[in-house]
Amino acid sequence: MEAVIGLEVHIQLSTKTKAFCSCKTTYGNEENTQTCPVCLGMPGALPVLNKEVVDFAIKLGLATNSKIAEKSIFSRKNYFYPDLTKGYQISQYDKPILENGKLEIETENGLKSIGITRIHIEEDTGKSNHSENFVNSTGLDFNRCGTALLEIVSEPEIKTSKEASAYLAKLRQLVRYLEICDGNLEEGSMRCDANISVRETGSKKFGTRVEVKNMNSYKNVEKAIDYEIARQIKVLENGGKIIQMTALWNADKNQTIPMRTKEDSQDYRYFPEPDLVPLLIDENWIDEIRKTLPELPKTRKERFTRELCLSDYEANVLTSAKELADYFEKTLEISKDPKLTANFVSGEVLRLLKETKSELSELKITPEKLGKILTLLQTNKLNLQNAKKIFDEIAQNGSEPEKIMREKGLEQSLDTNELETWVSEVLAENPNEALRFKSGETKLQAFFMGKIMQKSRGKANAQLVTKVLLEKLK
Amino acid sequence: MPVSHAEILKIAKLAKLEFSEKNLEKLSKDLNNILNYVELLKEIDTENIETLDSIHETGNVLRKDEILSSLSKENALTNAPETQNGFFKVPKVVQEGN
Ligand SMILES: [Zn+2]
Repeated sequence: MEAVIGLEVHIQLSTKTKAFCSCKTTYGNEENTQTCPVCLGMPGALPVLNKEVVDFAIKLGLATNSKIAEKSIFSRKNYFYPDLTKGYQISQYDKPILENGKLEIETENGLKSIGITRIHIEEDTGKSNHSENFVNSTGLDFNRCGTALLEIVSEPEIKTSKEASAYLAKLRQLVRYLEICDGNLEEGSMRCDANISVRETGSKKFGTRVEVKNMNSYKNVEKAIDYEIARQIKVLENGGKIIQMTALWNADKNQTIPMRTKEDSQDYRYFPEPDLVPLLIDENWIDEIRKTLPELPKTRKERFTRELCLSDYEANVLTSAKELADYFEKTLEISKDPKLTANFVSGEVLRLLKETKSELSELKITPEKLGKILTLLQTNKLNLQNAKKIFDEIAQNGSEPEKIMREKGLEQSLDTNELETWVSEVLAENPNEALRFKSGETKLQAFFMGKIMQKSRGKANAQLVTKVLLEKLK
Repeated sequence: MPVSHAEILKIAKLAKLEFSEKNLEKLSKDLNNILNYVELLKEIDTENIETLDSIHETGNVLRKDEILSSLSKENALTNAPETQNGFFKVPKVVQEGN
């Protein structure tokens, strides 16, 4: 058996205002302080489309090689639910803004292109509050209601849960590069539903599909898909039939649970939204947007491997997020050494971010400061150990690399006289080890190096020390 | 008759509308009158005519992404039959599947 998976991803656009009114879109503000007659669905209030929403959609269209419709229209999707003020959601139906795109993902078997059927503009709903404050009732907050979304519908070309999460990760990386969505799965600014079915391997016919919702992390996406595939195969192997339904992923119980569906709930009675005029996009508009596109992850990665001679792995890590790649390149402008800078950024900087749970923009160690440290390292003013020491010091307390180097006396000693003294002293203090080394126990070199480094308080240049040490132990 | 009683009742349910048996008769008559007229229009050949998506001839009524002031919380909640702690309050919505 094989699985056939299609993903529907909603991304919340990071425009300042909502899709059809001028209310702000801030996350987590005091409830019901970001509403107006339009997003509350007051009679007579009229929606007006936010141009930025269209600009963002065009960006994503260009980045996914989608066909951008010269003319697209808005439709009403009618259903009743308390978090929807108007009794309908403004969406796009038969004439969406974008169609026929693609997204390339990395799989174990190399690159794979996943088709994007369509991308359309729609508005978000409000948020229900089911907390214990509401006994036999539900509280509603409409701050989010009317916020612009793009729904991205993939072709059913995804085969495994791993491919699904790779697709999601690629999409997240892309929308963050484009700066049209912050890609936060936990806070719900990126949401993913999966259509899953199974069939005999190689068969052309699709099986009955189940739609799984409510997977708010990569881990849950993978777990939910794996669970649902296994469940469907088991049902079929036992001679059963798959029932078409919508299910919710329950992360606590680790299983998909069927939603109670009312028989008519899928009857959305779409019709053209009479309050909005058609959206017309010409070549000029597209060209304007094309000029604002940043270098996209794939191109940037290729440039890093080709021009900077970084490995595939390094380039992948450094281009995983736009801010990280920017940080790397700003540091590189000063250090001029791609390999060394790549090592430090993918090693020390990422470690620091993880340990302090902070964002790149919050770091005290700016690209300028890291660049200076790396320059000191290259010109042999610092050895690696002390370079890392200064890195940690700045990460905690700020200040300037050269200042710390001087204040703490970390400048590397290239003075051969000083080196010789340290080496001689250490050998004199450890005569037995010196004898053992001379009689062939060469692994003691590390012991001596440690002692000498200690004596020099980390200032000694390891290469020079090795040279002097071996000379004296001959 | 283009539309049956059953269909009218289904649409009414989806639209959350209620009416008496007597009104159903009247509605059925009115709706079928309208739909019979539409049936008449269907006789016109529209083979090569583009669908009318909007009665407006223009396109692109757009606004800038600029924040304007929203309603105060008090104002936003004024018309709500019930509120609690700054929320609109409605009968319990069951979180399906949980
Ligand atoms: Zn509003």
